[in-house]
Amino acid sequence: MHASQPSTGAAIEIRKASKRYGAFTALNDIDLDIRPGEFMTLLGPSGSGKTTTLNLIAGFTDITSGTLEIGGKSVTGLPSHKRNIGVVFQHYALFPHMTVGKNVAYPLALRGIKGDERAKRVRRALDMVKMADFAHRYPSELSGGQQQRVALARALVFDPPLLLMDEPLGALDKKLREWLQLEIKRIHRELGTTFVYVTHDQEEALVLSDRIAVFNGGRIEQIGTGRELYDTPATLFVGRFIGESTVLRGSAEVSGDETAMVIGGQRVFAHGRLADGARPVILLRPERVALKRVGADVVAGENRLTGTIAEAIYLGSGSKYEVRLSDGTTAVARSPLGAADFVIGDTVDVTFLRSDLILLPDDASADVTLT
Amino acid sequence: MTATPDDGAPNAAATDLAQSPFLSRFRPRGPVWLATPALFVLLLVLAYPLGIVLWRSFSDPAIGIDNYVWFFQSAVNRAVLQRTFVVAAWVTLACLICAYPYAYAMTIVGRNMRLALILCVLVPFWLSGVVRTLAWVILLQDSGVINSMLRGIGLPPVKLIRTLPGVVIGMTQVLLPFMILPIYSVMKGIDTRLLPAARSLGAQPWKAFLQIYVPLSLPGVYAGAIIVFILSLGFYITPALLGGPRSILLSSLVQNQVLSLLNWGRGGAMGVVLLVATFLLLAIAAPLMRQKHTASRREV
Repeated sequence: MHASQPSTGAAIEIRKASKRYGAFTALNDIDLDIRPGEFMTLLGPSGSGKTTTLNLIAGFTDITSGTLEIGGKSVTGLPSHKRNIGVVFQHYALFPHMTVGKNVAYPLALRGIKGDERAKRVRRALDMVKMADFAHRYPSELSGGQQQRVALARALVFDPPLLLMDEPLGALDKKLREWLQLEIKRIHRELGTTFVYVTHDQEEALVLSDRIAVFNGGRIEQIGTGRELYDTPATLFVGRFIGESTVLRGSAEVSGDETAMVIGGQRVFAHGRLADGARPVILLRPERVALKRVGADVVAGENRLTGTIAEAIYLGSGSKYEVRLSDGTTAVARSPLGAADFVIGDTVDVTFLRSDLILLPDDASADVTLT
Repeated sequence: MTATPDDGAPNAAATDLAQSPFLSRFRPRGPVWLATPALFVLLLVLAYPLGIVLWRSFSDPAIGIDNYVWFFQSAVNRAVLQRTFVVAAWVTLACLICAYPYAYAMTIVGRNMRLALILCVLVPFWLSGVVRTLAWVILLQDSGVINSMLRGIGLPPVKLIRTLPGVVIGMTQVLLPFMILPIYSVMKGIDTRLLPAARSLGAQPWKAFLQIYVPLSLPGVYAGAIIVFILSLGFYITPALLGGPRSILLSSLVQNQVLSLLNWGRGGAMGVVLLVATFLLLAIAAPLMRQKHTASRREV
């Protein structure tokens, strides 16, 4: 039994880590702390360094500079087969010449676990992912979702303190993906293993994670809970990558602790001010925007911009509108059920509270990377 | 003839064999009529003469199994038959030892190097077998290049020409492409991302290679081994030119009976014995090849 006790998760400490391939810098001086048992998601567009970070932890590539500790021990120079880390790949990576049972037993066989103990642990791992009835099938006889569940069982059967997942649901359709997200969440809760999950899908990151590290261009832009990233993004990139948003740009006037921005002749006020020299932009979340008929009463602390409805989409749970503002910007608004209905061409007031605005320094890379 | 890494003709044939349509169940699907021209040629130039040979072996000079009785009663014939199989086995083994690392190298080098390696495999195909074998005569003979070199570094000369090792060396060189191409065509479809996966599960790199890569490459090995073995059994020019009286193979005996002694019955019987022996061997090897679900191709 000694080997089959539920594992406790390992902590990861990455300090000043860089990874260069010749002249190309894949990872630029990142710091990342992952707590024992935490579900940490590395989120970012392709080429942002999230998979490189995963490969460094897994031992598939060497760090160029900096340090990496897993469970309090430096793993520099330790080959991947000695790290005792479970890895799940987007392409499943099941061994096609072995049955499901043999695949899951493989890491146990490598560790010299034999006979009843091996059979028991294979059984338990397959039960966990609800694939016990498929032990005698070959991977080619399974669907993508089933294969990935087997891969998950195989990566966890040897009770590693750390599980790495590299876009594991990327090749699956939406319904299956959502169901497997919940399964992965359940398994994480049951095991207490540290999970590090790589994805470019911000919704998936929000569903799964305790905390999210947002990668961009080989750097980490921000680390925080989903709520922190959504409500108080540190950079325009994070604000735009997590959730929907409208970015308002204009000439800014700072007076005291308030910043006013002139957009198409109208003035928008926001709390706070940026450091001198930074060009401010305003980030607006669609559900913080209320559309009103022109001439409606003004609420205290309310900003309003006039625009024309360019698109109206009925979503069942509410409606989504795109409003063309006078300076050409498109603002996105989400109205709950029961709010007033508008049709394309209506002139409306786009209203939002000062306290709901997010004031951020402008960052040209945020636009480039997202296209 | 032009050949690229991906659509060379021998390569494609090898892939087919590796996917084993004729070795696994026969199941016609799709437009079978596409095979008509090939079937026509095969029936005309293979099945018909084969039928005649079979008929003659039972009827020339008299109806009965006299020719077969003669074949198996002769100790020389039995020894030659056995030697033919032993030589084929050695050639197959030697080809495998040379071809496996070569094919593997072809999968890991860059594009230009791969083209160069493929060219090295294919160039011998463009050269007549007789020319190549005569080159081996120059290399292997008692005063040939190899023995001159041995003498040069103070080693005793080795008898190679007109010996079985000489025959095996020559045949290995000629047949090597038939081993390399099927192995390569299977190897290039193996998902090499499985190896880091195995390492992450705790396998040392050599274990990952032996336990994951090698089993997935076996269909190519089996296909190549069977092609080389069968071609070896019927090889004529190379053993005839490189071998001596003590290394005669069955094909030389057949040639002797048919062309020198004009004894079509006995020659035919030898051919039939070789054919039946080959089929028996295939029947034994077939279950080995029928690996279930070695879908080694990438799916994503």
